[in-house]
Amino acid sequence: MRCEKSFSVEGGNFAAAGNVSSAIKGILKEIGLPKDTVRRAAIVCYESEINIVSYAKKGQIVLQADNRSVQIEAMDEGSGIADIEQAMKEGYSTASAQVREMGFGAGMGLSNMKRYSDDFFISSEVGVGTYVKMVVVNLDLKLNPDHPQWVETYT
Amino acid sequence: MDLAAIVKALNLKVRCGEKALNREVKGGYVGDLLSDVIANSQEGHVWITRQVHQNVVAVASLKDLAAVILVQGTEPAPEALEKAAREGIPILVAAEPGFEVAGKIYRLIAP
Amino acid sequence: MTLNDVKGILDAEILVGEDQLGKEVKTAFSADLMSDVLAFAKPESLLLTGLTNPQVVRTADILDISAIIMVRGKRPSEETMKLAEQLKIPILSTKYILFETSGRLHRSGIVGCIEKVGSD
Repeated sequence: MRCEKSFSVEGGNFAAAGNVSSAIKGILKEIGLPKDTVRRAAIVCYESEINIVSYAKKGQIVLQADNRSVQIEAMDEGSGIADIEQAMKEGYSTASAQVREMGFGAGMGLSNMKRYSDDFFISSEVGVGTYVKMVVVNLDLKLNPDHPQWVETYT
Repeated sequence: MDLAAIVKALNLKVRCGEKALNREVKGGYVGDLLSDVIANSQEGHVWITRQVHQNVVAVASLKDLAAVILVQGTEPAPEALEKAAREGIPILVAAEPGFEVAGKIYRLIAP
Repeated sequence: MTLNDVKGILDAEILVGEDQLGKEVKTAFSADLMSDVLAFAKPESLLLTGLTNPQVVRTADILDISAIIMVRGKRPSEETMKLAEQLKIPILSTKYILFETSGRLHRSGIVGCIEKVGSD
């Protein structure tokens, strides 16, 4: 079962922030992906969604998933990131007071996204926006030739 | 109970402020939102947090807190450490998460 | 212990999820930084926090947190309550500060937890 779906995210709309990630989590559970895969995908999706809401004017999250892996692309129109290496550093944050009061802005978002995905790509242009692509692999399946679906999936 | 006894009981690493370890600890506050800590923490309490930047030291100083305890093995930012050392405010590091650290300290000092 | 026991230990009020008081709980995570919760909290833990905005409920949902305990007498906003009801996540409120809340639960046998994601 393969799923491809696209979601819009509105910048500044903290009330709705997280809707997309919850929806994606539901879809991944329905596909039957294992707990660890679903959790990691939900976390990286949520962190990227919060980033769009916190820093951009608007954005999109595109999901492509099947029983092998989950790919999440998060793209936005916004100020972009001037120094990606710095932004990826744990603890570095440009969050506003409002964002911090909500419990975010600790400077862990991008590094969490990288840590919990199996493949991570980010590019950004100042004054234009940011694009992140993350892949979370179903390691239960990939690393386990005894799994009933392994043969049909990997050979 | 004094800070030194708490350090020993929880196996905390002392990063600075050794001279102030004989201070009596009256209670604790757990929080990562500085505005909340400023509003609600009390003098002589230990502050249990994950915030590592130098504003933490300013708040600890402002409220005359007994020490800052960073949890989950988090280390203070260099500027924070420098500032704390200058002001004689102990920064302690705990390997465990906040719930455990708070729980243990509460059980040591609560009536 | 059950959520009902937790309610007793913390003299707490249950605001959402009265039907879930029989739920078993063993671990707890205290935090105001949601990124920390995302990175470290164990699924099915209690989440102890001073935050009351809807994002706390979202974070709890993403992680399958068993219940949210709001401390220092904090109450969730209408919006937060509605979301919690929708996602079926219990919310309790206690007058104790986070330090004392952690202490009381720790004394009663609840343990802290860190789960490194990717290591089920």
